[in-house]
Amino acid sequence: MNRDDVLKALFPDGWQPRVLEETYFHGRARVGAHSLTVVGTAQRTEIGADLALRMAAAVLDAVRNRPGETILFLLDTQGQRLRRRDEMLGLNGYMAHLAKCVEIARGQGHRVLSVVYGEAVSGGYLTSGMMADACYALADAEIKVMNLPAMARITRIPLERLQALSAHSPVFSPGVDNYYRMGHLRAIWSDDYARRLAEALRALAVLEPAQRRIDQRMQLGQERGGRGLAAEVAQQVRAHA
Amino acid sequence: MPDSFYEASARERLTALVDANSFREFLPPAARVSSPHLAMLEQPVAFDDGVVTGAATLAGEPVLVAAQEGGFLGGAIGEVHGAKLVGLIERAIVERPAAVLMLFDSGGVRLHEANAGLIAVSEIIRALLAARAQGVRVIGLIGGAGGCFGGTGLIARCCDALVMSEEGRLAMSGPEVIETVHGVEEFDSRDRALVWRVTGGKHRYLLGEVDALVPDRIAAFRAAAIGLLEKPAEFSLESIEREHAMLTERWERFSGFNDPLDVWRALGVPDPEAVPMLDPEAFVAMADTVNGS
Repeated sequence: MNRDDVLKALFPDGWQPRVLEETYFHGRARVGAHSLTVVGTAQRTEIGADLALRMAAAVLDAVRNRPGETILFLLDTQGQRLRRRDEMLGLNGYMAHLAKCVEIARGQGHRVLSVVYGEAVSGGYLTSGMMADACYALADAEIKVMNLPAMARITRIPLERLQALSAHSPVFSPGVDNYYRMGHLRAIWSDDYARRLAEALRALAVLEPAQRRIDQRMQLGQERGGRGLAAEVAQQVRAHA
Repeated sequence: MPDSFYEASARERLTALVDANSFREFLPPAARVSSPHLAMLEQPVAFDDGVVTGAATLAGEPVLVAAQEGGFLGGAIGEVHGAKLVGLIERAIVERPAAVLMLFDSGGVRLHEANAGLIAVSEIIRALLAARAQGVRVIGLIGGAGGCFGGTGLIARCCDALVMSEEGRLAMSGPEVIETVHGVEEFDSRDRALVWRVTGGKHRYLLGEVDALVPDRIAAFRAAAIGLLEKPAEFSLESIEREHAMLTERWERFSGFNDPLDVWRALGVPDPEAVPMLDPEAFVAMADTVNGS
């Protein structure tokens, strides 16, 4: 789905854009009793230092001016910008800053949701959508670090072998189903988007900030059989005498 | 035991960094917790999955510590490696050590288990920031041969404070990746001087991203980490708004440049060409007189 289709499907009664550019958008919307701050990327845009800063500014604006308002990330990004200039400026620091803004917002009572509607790749997703209290994706979206042929080249493991293993294990190949099985995604949406968004908001509304700070993804990954070790290993380190 | 942080292994760094005989490891290699995904690919595994975690004292103060082993798959983060770091940070929220010390030496997500690694990095970032919001101090140390890139570069910039050597490298994408995508004119990854100018400790210090720039000696990292135990640990809306203003100003002043030499000149460094030759002490003395650091 493209950006305009997604906005229409999620907000059938419309939304109030503040910025509506080809690759970045920011505004507000209402879903039932909830008002939302919407921060989004489009057209598989790359996230450079400047865009990370604008997204961070949008989050901080909500914290300053609309205390407690839910923040919704709508994402379609190919990942971090691959330029020497951005690295020279400290792109990782700009992206980490966005993550800090989200954490501050959470601490101040903002609920945070993310929906991947296009593509979400590595660095572009880590400090935005992956920081949410609950992460969702549309069924035709894609979440990945890299595709299998690139992984085969870099790890020097034959592509056929990776493809065969991908039939049983969610850790290798791209895809929202794999990220669901591993506990990262709360759910995958394939229809009735406005209703699913309203349900997601309701589920979050009943939780206190301290509860929302508990990252449930390891537990979910274990329950769904996609990530067998993480929860247990973290627990062993927490409890080691 | 090597004195060089760069050349030492993760265990050697850790044991020499903290007080003598104070280190106690959590999930040591004897526990045989390794990556099932590497095993499935018939790749060599490590019985600590490339990261050492435990408790120690630093100048008598209790600390929780982690050190990534750059010699094992570039210190990359997989499911087990990541979960050990999450567990350590969550333990800090309960245990309240004087600090969590993280010795980074990692290229980021482990591609052999890419999806697990990506989720793990996001869990580390979330745990780390949640811990900071609850008053836990996290200090990162960067000076290993593998550098600090990708997701690990993001984790590092989420810490309260960073100690870095001149030889340390910190960035998001490595020069090779940028060269592959945009060509050698964009970033010549074999131009060691250029790579060093963009990613090295001196540039990061001049930008204000690093709290202490130290010589490549474990003892120097130790002294700097002890010094940072006293630094106020602040993670608040106000501190993040200050960071926002600083990053905005950096973008406005320097985004027209493409070489750190021009940034250093604009910062008021008297002789940018001479920066690579300065020893760490002379460099810090110069940098601290320069506007903005």
